Amino acid sequence: MSFLEYAPAPESQSILHLKSDYGLFIDGEFVEGQGTPFQTISPATEKHIANIAHASEADVDRAVAAARRAYDTTWSRMSGSDRGKYLFRIARLVQERARELAVAETLDNGKPIKESRDVDVPLVAAWFFYYAGWADKLDHAGLGANPASLGVAAQVIPWNFPLLMLAWKIAPALAAGNTVVIKPAETTSLSAMIFAEILQQADLPAGVVNIVTGAGETGSALVNHGDVNKVAFTGSTAVGRMIARSTAGTDKRLTLELGGKAANIVFDDAPIDQAIEGIVNGIFFNQGHVCCAGSRLLVQENIHDEVIERLKARLSTLRLGDPLDKNTDIGAINSREQLERIRELSDIGEQEGAERWTADCAIPENGFWFAPTIFTNVSTSNRIARDEVFGPVLSVLTFRTPAEAIAKANNTPYGLSAGIWTDKGSRILAVADKLRAGVIWANTFNRFDPASPFGGYKESGYGREGGRHGLAAYLKPAASASAIAAAPAKPVTAAKAQNASEGAAASARAASSVTAAKAKKASK
Amino acid sequence: MTGTQLIPTERALALIGGEPSDANLRRYLHGIPGVDAVGLEQRAAALGTRSVKTTSKAWALDTIIKLIDLTTLEGADTPGKVRSLVAKALTPDAGDPSCPRVAAVCVYGDMVPYAVAALGAAHGDPDKGGVSVAAVATAFPSGRASRSIKLEDTADAVRAGADEIDMVIDRGAFLSGRYGLVYDEIVAVKEACKRPDGSYAHLKVILETGELNTYDNVRRASWLAILAGADFIKTSTGKVAPAATLPVTLLMLEVVRDWYRLTGEKIGVKPAGGIRSSKDAIKYVVTVAETVGEEWLTPHLFRFGASSLLNDVLLQRQKMASGHYSGADYVTID
Repeated sequence: MSFLEYAPAPESQSILHLKSDYGLFIDGEFVEGQGTPFQTISPATEKHIANIAHASEADVDRAVAAARRAYDTTWSRMSGSDRGKYLFRIARLVQERARELAVAETLDNGKPIKESRDVDVPLVAAWFFYYAGWADKLDHAGLGANPASLGVAAQVIPWNFPLLMLAWKIAPALAAGNTVVIKPAETTSLSAMIFAEILQQADLPAGVVNIVTGAGETGSALVNHGDVNKVAFTGSTAVGRMIARSTAGTDKRLTLELGGKAANIVFDDAPIDQAIEGIVNGIFFNQGHVCCAGSRLLVQENIHDEVIERLKARLSTLRLGDPLDKNTDIGAINSREQLERIRELSDIGEQEGAERWTADCAIPENGFWFAPTIFTNVSTSNRIARDEVFGPVLSVLTFRTPAEAIAKANNTPYGLSAGIWTDKGSRILAVADKLRAGVIWANTFNRFDPASPFGGYKESGYGREGGRHGLAAYLKPAASASAIAAAPAKPVTAAKAQNASEGAAASARAASSVTAAKAKKASK
Repeated sequence: MTGTQLIPTERALALIGGEPSDANLRRYLHGIPGVDAVGLEQRAAALGTRSVKTTSKAWALDTIIKLIDLTTLEGADTPGKVRSLVAKALTPDAGDPSCPRVAAVCVYGDMVPYAVAALGAAHGDPDKGGVSVAAVATAFPSGRASRSIKLEDTADAVRAGADEIDMVIDRGAFLSGRYGLVYDEIVAVKEACKRPDGSYAHLKVILETGELNTYDNVRRASWLAILAGADFIKTSTGKVAPAATLPVTLLMLEVVRDWYRLTGEKIGVKPAGGIRSSKDAIKYVVTVAETVGEEWLTPHLFRFGASSLLNDVLLQRQKMASGHYSGADYVTID
């Protein structure tokens, strides 16, 4: 046996204590949904994991009402430093239960355990830590003194980074003083349910975060609910458009983080070995289920053949298989539906004359899989160069001059991200300046940090998440009349907050000036 | 160019496109794509997360032993110490005759006769089950001596029976851009490795990466050494910190891979110094396999320059066989 076949090294599932049925998380409790529960499966084996509650319109209404109540009575009246304490506590609990969250995420989503363990979950904790720090510093968020929260935020998130997207949405919303009703994607609700347990463990006041599970109609009921002040959506451009239409004419604030077709531009003076790694990481990370994936490789014509040869050699070392195996590089496609779409677009690519190459790897019998694939001889008019595949499929195009690279990179309805590979610093700045994309990576790709804003141009959406900019989506300047009416503009004292939430022992505990360690002890 | 019969210098001249002058070498070496430090270290770290368990681990541990240049390079070395080292090389685990031998013992030039004598019949090519004698030469570790002394140092070790010569490059010359001087010296030392029968002792060229400071320098020095005829490129003397690191070794393996693509010739890589645990060594094995391929995991293409590593590998090996950890007194000191 070849050494490179590495003996199986599966991450144990024994750390998981899954329930057979998961309810909705409303007002601090798990409750049954009125809709017919649906099952969540492992995309790697197609085996049943658990039953998930289906939130009806009435359930969504209950969740929004709980969020409103929590906003009015507790969260909007709490001082920033006390909100921060809760967020810090959540961040620490995420770290404490990191392995459990990683295993759940990998089981439910199909992504390799090394990614959920080394990327997703650490970033989730980082996001909460980062926004915890902002909670008492909102005066410096760029909106003037005493900015006001918005109210109840309705948040709908995708299946590609289930827990990370949840953190991106919840952390800034809570830091800014909003309460939340969030809907995870239908195929990946599991980690959100464990997160709900963490919220209970953290004694977060009831109703501050509510989690409703379900499919499209649940999400629609949520974003169209009359009593939400803010809608945040990450997902496809088609759904984003629907939401933009339905929220138009209301006073709901809206941020959308939608699709992408990022150009990863490799100049002939690029650090070649690292560029190859960056190309691989850009499109094959998380099976290509990344909205900012570098799905269009723009390579300078004079190094095209060499880059493709090196890329193929590198792709041949990628290991596809059991996502829970610690040596797996490429996991399962999240759903049969997504697999069909990837297959369809790849077939169209071939029909349109592009040259298809697929890494030689054994595909497991059950589950949803797609081997790493690259298309060469791709023209800008081909659908695989225009449509978002959202899978492990790379389209390779060439350019001759920087101007051509910029023109081709920008020639897309999307504008979420881009990559530039060159040893020449001045070229990085010059090219980045002309690219119409929200995030531009230089000599790296798919790197995320809570301090860095993220968001798109054009059909990739609007609004920014992350960093100081991410707070602006959940705040408004103090001067606006509604801000004064909706919540006290001045931070209330800790003692007052205690009185206001009489009966809510948990919040009183945290609102008093107990140390973080004491608070943690009390919550156990 | 695979299969051509060019001898190294002629091929080098063809690649460089002229005489190996400072200017020509500079043009060639500085035309090689740069290295992005962040990306290189990220890749090395990712390779380090491979989980090597059960049968894979057992194979890796045995392979590591077979690739070790068991080393003693101390001012206090004596014939007795060298004999003890040789005994350890031949029988690493006194309690387990199935334990493989190391590839070579690595000593100072004046200790070569004692190593050869101690090895006796076992002295030979590690690819054929023997144990080689490697000698450090060329005013190791600093390399600060005149050319004639360095060449005599080398020739003396070869005459005494050394199979492999570990030379150091002139880092001062390299850093000041005198690439031609470094090149010429390697060519000359290689010639000093020639035996009366026309065969050559294997030449390992130590770059002392800890003194080269940048990854771009390491890459250029690697190309320079290979162009000049190195059989092996080696990271460090072990006398300068940092010695071998995983990113530096990965980078050198990438050069070796590119050279193979260009010429069809396989060059060896030897990380030396600072690799003390099985866990670290396994990361190197993974890096070799995933960068240049498993066929590089043989004694004539990859070595670990190490001393204390061997005992840690033996402890791990014993643990795999018995199921429990023993202790430092269950492996022998050499």
